[in-house]
Amino acid sequence: MSTTAAEVGRATPTGAITAADLEKDRSFKGTIGDITSPNARMVCRDVNVYYGDKQAIKRVSLDIGKNEVVSMIGPSGCGKSTFLRCLNRMNDTIPGCRVTGLIALDGVDVYDKKLDVVPLRAQVGMVFQKPNPFPKSIYENVAYGPRIHGLTNNKTELDELVETSLRKAGLWEEVKDRLDQPGTGLSGGQQQRLCIARTIAVSPEVILMDEPCSALDPIATAKIEELIDELRENYSIAIVTHSMQQAARVSQRTAYFHLGDLVEVGETDQIFTNPQHKLTEDYITGRFG
Amino acid sequence: MQSTLLIVLLGIIALAYHFGRKRAVAVAGGPTQIKTLHSLPTYYGLYAALWAGLPALLLLGFWAGFQETVVTAMVKAQLPAEMTAGLSPGRLGLLVNDIRNLATGNIVSSEVTPEIQAAADNYLRLQGIASIALWALVLAVAAGGISLAWRSMAPQLRARNRVESTIMVILVVFSSIAILTTLGIVLSVVFESILFFRSVPLTEFFFGTHWSPQIALRADQVGAAGAFGAVPLFTGTLLISFIAMLIAVPIGLMSAIYLSEYAPRRVRSLAKPALEILAGIPTVVYGFFAALTVAPFVRDLGASLGLDVSSESALAAGFVMGIMIIPFVSSLSDDVINAVPQSMRDGSYALGATQSETVRRVIIPAALPGIVGGVLLAVSRAIGETMIVVMAAGMAANLTWNPIESVTTVTVQIVTLLTGDQEFDSPKTLAAFALGLTLFVVTLTLNIIALHIVRKYREQYE
Amino acid sequence: MSNPATPDGANSPRRAIDAVNASLKRRYAAEKRFRLMGMSAVILGLAFVAILFVDIVAKGWPAFQQTSIQLPIYFDAQVIDPEGTREADTLSRANYVVLARDALRAQFPDVQGRTDVRALNAMLSPGVPQQLRELVMADPSLIGTTQEIWLIADDDVDQFVKGAIPRDVPELERRVKDQTVAWIDALDERGRIEKKFNTTFFTAGASREPELAGIAGALMGSFYTLVLTLLFSFPIAVGAALYLEEFAPKNKWTDIIEVNINNLAAVPSIVFGLLGLAVFISFFGVPRSTPLVGALVLTLMTLPTIIIASRAALKSVPPSIREAALGVGASPLQTQFHHVLPLAMPGMLTGTIIGMAQALGETAPLLMIGMIAFIVDIPGGFTDPSTVLPVQIFLWADSPERGFIEKTSAAIMVLLGFLLLMNLTAVLLRRKFERRW
Repeated sequence: MSTTAAEVGRATPTGAITAADLEKDRSFKGTIGDITSPNARMVCRDVNVYYGDKQAIKRVSLDIGKNEVVSMIGPSGCGKSTFLRCLNRMNDTIPGCRVTGLIALDGVDVYDKKLDVVPLRAQVGMVFQKPNPFPKSIYENVAYGPRIHGLTNNKTELDELVETSLRKAGLWEEVKDRLDQPGTGLSGGQQQRLCIARTIAVSPEVILMDEPCSALDPIATAKIEELIDELRENYSIAIVTHSMQQAARVSQRTAYFHLGDLVEVGETDQIFTNPQHKLTEDYITGRFG
Repeated sequence: MQSTLLIVLLGIIALAYHFGRKRAVAVAGGPTQIKTLHSLPTYYGLYAALWAGLPALLLLGFWAGFQETVVTAMVKAQLPAEMTAGLSPGRLGLLVNDIRNLATGNIVSSEVTPEIQAAADNYLRLQGIASIALWALVLAVAAGGISLAWRSMAPQLRARNRVESTIMVILVVFSSIAILTTLGIVLSVVFESILFFRSVPLTEFFFGTHWSPQIALRADQVGAAGAFGAVPLFTGTLLISFIAMLIAVPIGLMSAIYLSEYAPRRVRSLAKPALEILAGIPTVVYGFFAALTVAPFVRDLGASLGLDVSSESALAAGFVMGIMIIPFVSSLSDDVINAVPQSMRDGSYALGATQSETVRRVIIPAALPGIVGGVLLAVSRAIGETMIVVMAAGMAANLTWNPIESVTTVTVQIVTLLTGDQEFDSPKTLAAFALGLTLFVVTLTLNIIALHIVRKYREQYE
Repeated sequence: MSNPATPDGANSPRRAIDAVNASLKRRYAAEKRFRLMGMSAVILGLAFVAILFVDIVAKGWPAFQQTSIQLPIYFDAQVIDPEGTREADTLSRANYVVLARDALRAQFPDVQGRTDVRALNAMLSPGVPQQLRELVMADPSLIGTTQEIWLIADDDVDQFVKGAIPRDVPELERRVKDQTVAWIDALDERGRIEKKFNTTFFTAGASREPELAGIAGALMGSFYTLVLTLLFSFPIAVGAALYLEEFAPKNKWTDIIEVNINNLAAVPSIVFGLLGLAVFISFFGVPRSTPLVGALVLTLMTLPTIIIASRAALKSVPPSIREAALGVGASPLQTQFHHVLPLAMPGMLTGTIIGMAQALGETAPLLMIGMIAFIVDIPGGFTDPSTVLPVQIFLWADSPERGFIEKTSAAIMVLLGFLLLMNLTAVLLRRKFERRW
């Protein structure tokens, strides 16, 4: 492949991605398997991420399709979280972090200089590894996003939105009587679902989840996984996970990362039953990781 | 005199160390036999030095602390009865003071009668005896200690353990000094305050609105009784502190936010220490600045607006006090803001919040307990601040909330009452201690609450 | 799902993002305002620092110069030593004022009348006789000769020459009258009036006359006080920190000590003054106004600062060092004294310097224990009555004479210079020995 990441970035100065651009990138050879998705929401091509001089992500290309869950697996330090954080530019807050290549949401270049991160992040929400509810009431936690974005016009609408979001996150029944209590008082699993509700309340298009269950016990994990499956109906979801079982349970497509490379992408069933690459196979069969 | 003795004693200690070491080597049977000793020779030296120095030093310190009191009491007791008859304790104190001044060659307030001269001679004689006795006793104790150590020198002597346990005791004593200080503060102010409240009722002090502590020496002078209603002082203190907080809290908090959340690293690394310079400036400098620069400026500014601003206005003093407290508020806020975990910020940014929304709606609410604690500490600082108000605020106890008038504060009155000539037992002097007690209790309460809040806040994010 | 804010409905998928986009303008305006507020807070804070320093330096700068008047002084043997004995006693008692006044009269022979002569004489400082006395005492061979000598001018003349007393004010409102102005101008024309470096300021003690006042006494007082404070507080603070951090059992008692130390650090300094007055002076009879009692009070005041810093320094020494030392059979105290203390020492010293800087700048408690007294002599020991630099500043700031304003500011400059030096040392020390384990 002759086009470098920089050239791809430069080819789309306005931020709009043409069909030709996408076609050209279909020929990418580094990764085994089909990186594309028929209903792509987010398109990433030749993404490189550097921390200072260190390159954390090397020429990663991957699509995230509509109504699908893409899971990213791989050993620690392989760059999957870094990649995930690029998708809504959360890496901006890390000093010395530099991203090249193309990441587009619905055909709009996310790293365009003129692009505003505020609406981007409203469209691409994120759930973190450790539940991080704000030290406010449960209600205020969920209402925070709609309030700052001005999504509702009055108190009734806001109440409604908070309720729907909590319902979608499967938390409503548990907290409806104590909405005014601090979100930090909930259990770990409930906190994480609160964070998901908080994310949903902004009505994003894509939800990024960075090991959302790693701090939770198995029962809470099961609930979250169930929830992810339900959320798929309305959202595109990218999830980073350490647990291969989890990836197998919740996702339709799986991407295997290794030391900053995206080694293999495919249907989840295929990846787990018939991996193509030696590294993927070693990892899946538990030879390392 | 006593310092010479101290130096001699230090010399003795050094000698004891040296010969203790030598002696230890000797009892072991020469340098080749050192292994038979329980500890290294150094410890035997230290052992001897401790025996030589510690008891003698304790005695010296104890004696030095009480010699003056004891001698004065003896002089007082030996005064002719006709001199002391009918004197109030306060007048007697003045008389004794005169005697002491005469003896040490200072200026005497009353005329020197033969009796006073005799008493002064008596005082000098007693001081002389005391000094000689001290020398003899201290040297004797030191010698006794050395001989004790000398005799106990033996290879089996567990010198290191003895020395170390003594050092541990010394360390414990050192760390108790903080407690003793608090105790000393409490005792000194409480004791004098009780004396004060015997002559002035509590209710008058805490609820009276008239403050005029000048007690006339003669009964026919105006305001002979003196008035000790401290309410105007409390309101004055609060008014000035309030003005100070109005300046310090917004500027301190906003600059902490700006420097920790917005400023580029270079700006932060320059501006932060520059602001902290304000914390290192002595308060007397702020006082000078307030009295000679800010107060005239505020007065002229008021005059140009048609306001009659006092040249000792609460505004000027409060303003400068506010400047003084800015770095205090800003560094405490900086600490608590940085203690808010990054995950809170991430959570907010991930929802698409702007930086200021994150700061205002997530970080500040999260840091609020810590900020409140810091502000309480700052308030306690403002209430206890002395030099700025002594130099820039007034003496007149006006009961007013008007910031352009002159008010006085608790600390100003303490300084005023205690500087200059004083009789130790007059209500005027004692009033200062009652004010000091109030100040101590209020600031201590604020500190305890604030430190508790801050500590709880830290634990929350640890 | 009927909620309009969810993106699933076909007719309302962009509803949320539209709302977001619509809000952006308002939100970025708020962002900008907030940022501006923060920036102005910092700028305001920095402006205060700048104004404070500029104000003080501008006021204090002139004090480093002193106006002097050059006069040909005839050291008349008849006045100084009519009997020619050259005895020190005679020389020191001679009436030197006459010499200076005669020399000044010679400059303005037409000045007549008692009030005018008095006004003329008032141009010279009351310190002039002492100045001449010292010259003669140092070199008696001057007697009988005429020498050109720079004499100290009175503070009013000094202030006028420096421009602190403006010329264009009506005479009635001016401390320096037209007549004197004319004399000053005349002397200026003859090159006999000049501003010279003010050595008096650094060598003299306190004085009621601004032109004779110096900070030497206060500096020495501060020096003695600080030396004692250091001697008292450093061992105690290090010992206390060592015990509390390394040996103390974690129980209620150490908890109390800990809370107590933190609270003491925030007790108003004036309360320590009350403690000093009631306990050290009244109870133990420590002499008032001396560096000794000042140091005792300042020790108690700075202890918490140094203890807290020393404990932090001890905490930063990694446990592995202690384990290593204990592992080779050192006793706990040997471990501390041989290994931990040396590593923690830079941090402790930094804390101590900061504590000493605090003590150097402290005023309020010292007022309570009599260091406010007016003391002319430069103290020569720990039990001589003395004052300290900040108290001297306070006293001068209270003096009505105009000349003291610049003296006060100059003293502040000296004080700030010392503080800057101490803080700089602390910073350098920290930087040099800062270790990351």
